[in-house]
Amino acid sequence: MDLLAHLPALQVIVPMLSAPLIVLLQPRGLAWAGATAVALLSFAIAVSLTLAVLDGQTIEYAMGGWPAPYGIALSVDAFSALMLLVVTGASTAALLAAKPSIDKQIELGRQPLFYSAWLLVLSGLVGIVVAADAFNIFVFMEISSLASYILIAGGPDRRALPAVFKYLIMGTIGATFYLIGVGLIYMMTGTLNLADMEARIGDVVEINPVLVAAGFITIGLALKAAVFPLHVWVPNAYTHAPHMVTVFLAACATKVSLYVLIRFDYMVFQSKLVDHDMQFAMFAMPLAILGILVASAVAMFEGHLKRLLASSSVAQIGYILLGASLVSVIGLSASATHLFNHALAKGGLFLAVACLAYQYKDLRLDQLGGASTRMPWTCAAFVVCGLSLIGVPGTAGFISKWLLINAALQSGPWGWGLVAIILISSLMAVVYIWRIVEALYFNDPVEDDVLTSSEAPLQLLLITGLVAILNIYFGIFPQVPLELANSAAALLMEGAK
Amino acid sequence: MKLLELLGYFNYWVFAIILTVGLYAVISKSNLIKKLIGLSIFQSAVFLMYITMDKVEGGTAPIIQAGMKDQVFSNPLPQVLILTAIVVGVSTLALGLAMVVRIKESYGTIEENEILGAD
Repeated sequence: MDLLAHLPALQVIVPMLSAPLIVLLQPRGLAWAGATAVALLSFAIAVSLTLAVLDGQTIEYAMGGWPAPYGIALSVDAFSALMLLVVTGASTAALLAAKPSIDKQIELGRQPLFYSAWLLVLSGLVGIVVAADAFNIFVFMEISSLASYILIAGGPDRRALPAVFKYLIMGTIGATFYLIGVGLIYMMTGTLNLADMEARIGDVVEINPVLVAAGFITIGLALKAAVFPLHVWVPNAYTHAPHMVTVFLAACATKVSLYVLIRFDYMVFQSKLVDHDMQFAMFAMPLAILGILVASAVAMFEGHLKRLLASSSVAQIGYILLGASLVSVIGLSASATHLFNHALAKGGLFLAVACLAYQYKDLRLDQLGGASTRMPWTCAAFVVCGLSLIGVPGTAGFISKWLLINAALQSGPWGWGLVAIILISSLMAVVYIWRIVEALYFNDPVEDDVLTSSEAPLQLLLITGLVAILNIYFGIFPQVPLELANSAAALLMEGAK
Repeated sequence: MKLLELLGYFNYWVFAIILTVGLYAVISKSNLIKKLIGLSIFQSAVFLMYITMDKVEGGTAPIIQAGMKDQVFSNPLPQVLILTAIVVGVSTLALGLAMVVRIKESYGTIEENEILGAD
């Protein structure tokens, strides 16, 4: 019995089966410990899968021994491994730090249910990443979405409820669009397996339904991935969710949908549809550029800390899409690296926000005065992650922006324009991060607020600091994510040929 | 001939109409329950599309019987898929209604514009 061979299945099954068991762990703190242990185990599985695919090979797994394309297939390649690291890493870091913050925001009696929903989100997200057929992606997408609605609405803030309702409506429309697209492709090719689909699309005589399907799938997934202008559900959902849920979801939830979008388009459509790479570029690039500029501009004038960072997330999704829309190996590699680095930076920033929220009830910027005296370590971690978000050399964010600029320069005559846009938006990021730094370090504390040095709980602070250090570590030693991103990009472009 | 061709796609026309009716209700209605009803209509349209495409003319249920040869079967796979999608739809609706209940508890209304005005 070789356990290693079953890792792709275990990656999904471990959190999925643990979720209902966690509900039973009623005694104080046990549910948290159980969920964290499961998350750590998932992370360990993701790491060992990554080590197995580091040399560029793909692990195929047939559920129940039924060979693809008839059985349900799972597959893990470099791109999925990178995504698995992001998802399981974000979930593990958030859960390790979560206990003090969750204890404060969610009543003890409901905590087992909350952690159970958390594991369902985790299992859905990793399921999307490892699934090799279109319909299972839909099912896992719905598992993760339904559970994440529960997580977001789980906090004490009543404004989360209308926000989650909006997310539910838009998320369901997105998933249904995706389902329509998959149905149309199935109608024309008779298969759901992505690799098989790619092979058979070339034989389709009447190509129109496939084009319609491409449209439905792209729009549906763009809705889920919060691509501008389909991002309207993001700011409220991230702002009013419990802080630790924001850490988890902001780091990986929308990126997984973007991952599916990129993978679907490159693996299935681009190889056989004439001029599809051009259509994809012409569709995605304007949206990416608008997203980067508009969302950064919104962030510059936003007064609430969490909402500001949520707007910036929409801009970062724009960067990832921009890299993918260049349709080149280096562009895709920049995209994949940015997926990883942005998760690090934004995860760290929201962790620091969770620390701040420990002392500040109101997270509007003008209420945060004197935070640096009160919570010096938190503020230091915030600044490091903020620098990484801007893309200052020596931090992880710099690596992906550098790659993106390289990719833009090699993309043709309008490359300089793209470089200008990336630079302008980075300057905008300097502005909005500076606004927060100013509030934390230079503003006077609001009246009748006694300044005492009282940091966030050690558990929360340690993880925040660790993520901040990782932002620097991956800025100086970016080999592992780069290697994964490069072989992911090579695989995708090979699929597109 | 043209008309017959159009009528031949009757189910797909109905699919498109139901889909847009549902989407319209989701976008235009302010009452949250009505939005969810629209969402359900929107999802049922997709069920119709899947069920339509699995029908093979003259096909029966895919059960192999002794002594029968050259039988034509309808495709069972889309039905299985859509069974899953129906389950997903039901759970989404249930969760949505639960959210509406909690919204009603904390805001005292289920009209979207009043909720937006409340905070």
